[in-house]
Amino acid sequence: MTAKVRRVLPGFGLSMGITISYLSLIVLIPLSAVFIKSATLGWTDFWHVATTPRVVASYRLSFGASLIAAAINVVFGLLLAWSLVRYNFPGRRVVDALVDLPFALPTAVAGIALTAIYAPNGWLGAFLAKFGIKVAFTPLGVLIALIFIGVPFVVRTVQPVLEDLDIEFEEAAASLGASRLQTIIKVVLPALAPALLTGFALAFARAVGEYGSVIFIAGNLPMISEITPLIIITKLEQYDYPGATAVAAVMLAVSFVLLLLINALQAWTARSSARLR
Amino acid sequence: MAVVAHAAPFARAERFEASPAASDPPIVKWTIIGISLVFFATFLLLPLLAVFAEAFRKGWQAYIHAVVEPDTLASIRLTLLAAAVAVPLNVIFGIAAAWTISKHDFRGKQFLITLIDLPFSVSPVIAGLIYILVFGAQGWLGPWLAAHDIKIVFAVPGILLATIFVTVPFVARELIPLMQSQGRDEEEAALVLGASGWQTFTHVTLPNIKWGLLYGVILCNARAMGEFGAVSVVSGHIRGSTNTMPLQVEILYNEYNFAAAFAVASLLALLAIVTLVLKTFVEWRAGIQTHEPEAP
Repeated sequence: MTAKVRRVLPGFGLSMGITISYLSLIVLIPLSAVFIKSATLGWTDFWHVATTPRVVASYRLSFGASLIAAAINVVFGLLLAWSLVRYNFPGRRVVDALVDLPFALPTAVAGIALTAIYAPNGWLGAFLAKFGIKVAFTPLGVLIALIFIGVPFVVRTVQPVLEDLDIEFEEAAASLGASRLQTIIKVVLPALAPALLTGFALAFARAVGEYGSVIFIAGNLPMISEITPLIIITKLEQYDYPGATAVAAVMLAVSFVLLLLINALQAWTARSSARLR
Repeated sequence: MAVVAHAAPFARAERFEASPAASDPPIVKWTIIGISLVFFATFLLLPLLAVFAEAFRKGWQAYIHAVVEPDTLASIRLTLLAAAVAVPLNVIFGIAAAWTISKHDFRGKQFLITLIDLPFSVSPVIAGLIYILVFGAQGWLGPWLAAHDIKIVFAVPGILLATIFVTVPFVARELIPLMQSQGRDEEEAALVLGASGWQTFTHVTLPNIKWGLLYGVILCNARAMGEFGAVSVVSGHIRGSTNTMPLQVEILYNEYNFAAAFAVASLLALLAIVTLVLKTFVEWRAGIQTHEPEAP
C-alpha cells in the first residue's frame, strides 16, 4: 500500500521557498565560494599552500589542543553534570545557569578575561609562575581557552541523559550484589557513553574553529602558538586570498566530516537513551 | 553549535539521594561536588569576575569615561543595529523552516535540518572569509559592486551579513523539535473549523511556540551582539564606523588601554548575565507549562 502524502496544512510552498532561498543566499552559495576558489588553485598549488610547515604546525596545535581540551571537558563535564543531577548542594541553580556562560559571553570578552587571569601578574598566573608554569602566551593558554568554550557542550549533552536514566537500573545492580563502584562502571557509564562521545565531538568541533577566546591568550607565535583560524586571518591581511581560501577549505572539509559524525552520534544517543527509559 | 538543552526540573536530586542504591557516601558526594566546583570556579566564574574587577580597577570615573567615549558609543550603536537586523530575519527564517519541517512531509528533511545547522560547525573566521570571496574587490561580485560604487565588505553591510550567518540556526533549531513534538492536530482542527492559514498560525501555532521562540531569540541576540571572529574579518576595523563592541574591545586592548577595554567588555558580560537570567526564566516558565495537565 502506498502512503500518499496529503498536504492538509497550507503554506508549504511559501515556507519552503523562504527556507531554501534564505539558506542558499546566506549560507550555501557563499560557502561554496571557498571550494570553487580553491579549485581554481589547482591540486599542486593547493597542496603546497595547505601543507607549508607553518600551516601544518597550526593544524597540530589547533587539532591537538582541541582534542586535549575536549578530553578534559569530558572528565570534568561528567563530574559537573553528575553533581548537578544527583546531588543537592547550596548554589546548585546558579552553577547550573552559569554553565552556559561560554555560549552567552562574547568570545573576545572571554579571551581578554582569561588572559588577565593567567598573565604572569594575574590571579592564577602569579600563583602558577611560582612553580615555573607559564600559561598565557604559550600553547597552554590555547588549551585553557578551548577548555572554557567547551564546558557547556559536554555538561548539556550528558545532563539530560543522566536525568532520564532510570534509577531502577542502579537498584537492580545493587540488589544483584554489585558494589556501588561496579554499578557505576558497568551500568551507569555505558549508558552515558553515547552522550559523552557526542559531547566530546561537539566540544572538539567548536574548539577547532574557535578564534576570539584564543587569540588574546595564545601569544600567536608562528610555529608555536598560532592556531589555524589565525593563519587564515594573517593570509587575508597580506591579501593572500588563494592561501587563505586553501587553508579554509581544509578546515571546512574537517568541519563537514565532524558534522556528519556528530549527527550519527546524536542519533545513537537518542536511540540508546530511549532504550534506557 | 549550541546544544539544545533545557534545564530539567530541580526536584530530581532528592529522588536519587533518597534511594540507597543510587546515593553515594557523603565523602564521595562532597569530593565530586568539590572537584566540580573548583573546575567551575576556575574556568567559568573567575573569568566573569575578572571582567568586572579589571573594568573597575581605575574606579567609576574612568569606567564612565571609557563607556561614553564617542568611538565606543558608535560601536554600541553598530552592535545594536547588527542585532536589530539579524534577529528579526532569523526569526522569520526560523519560523518558516520549522513550519516546513514540522508540518509537512517531504524527502530530504533530515538533510535540510543538517544544512540549517551548518553555520554552527563553520569556524567564525571562515564565515567572514566567504563574504570577502563573494563581495570583496577580487570576489565574484567585486568588479560589479565597484562599478556601481557599492561597498559591502569592510563596511556595515558586511558586518550585518556575517552576523546573520553565524546566527542562522538559533531560532530554527529551537522551534523544529518543539513543533515536531506538538504535531499537526491542532492546526488541522483549526482549518477544519474554517480558520484561514494565517489565522491558524497566529491563533494556534504561535501561542504554542511562544516560549521556544523567545528562547531562540534570546540566544540569537546574545550571539549577534557578541560575535567577534566573523565580523572581525569583514569589518576593516574603521574606528567609529565599522567597529562593533567586541571589535572595540580588541582595539582598546591592543592599544594597552586595558581599563577601557574591560569597561566595554563588562557591558558585554552584563549582556551575557542578562541572557542567562532570561534563559533560565524561560526554561522555568516553559517547564511549568509542560507540567500542566493536558486538557482531555
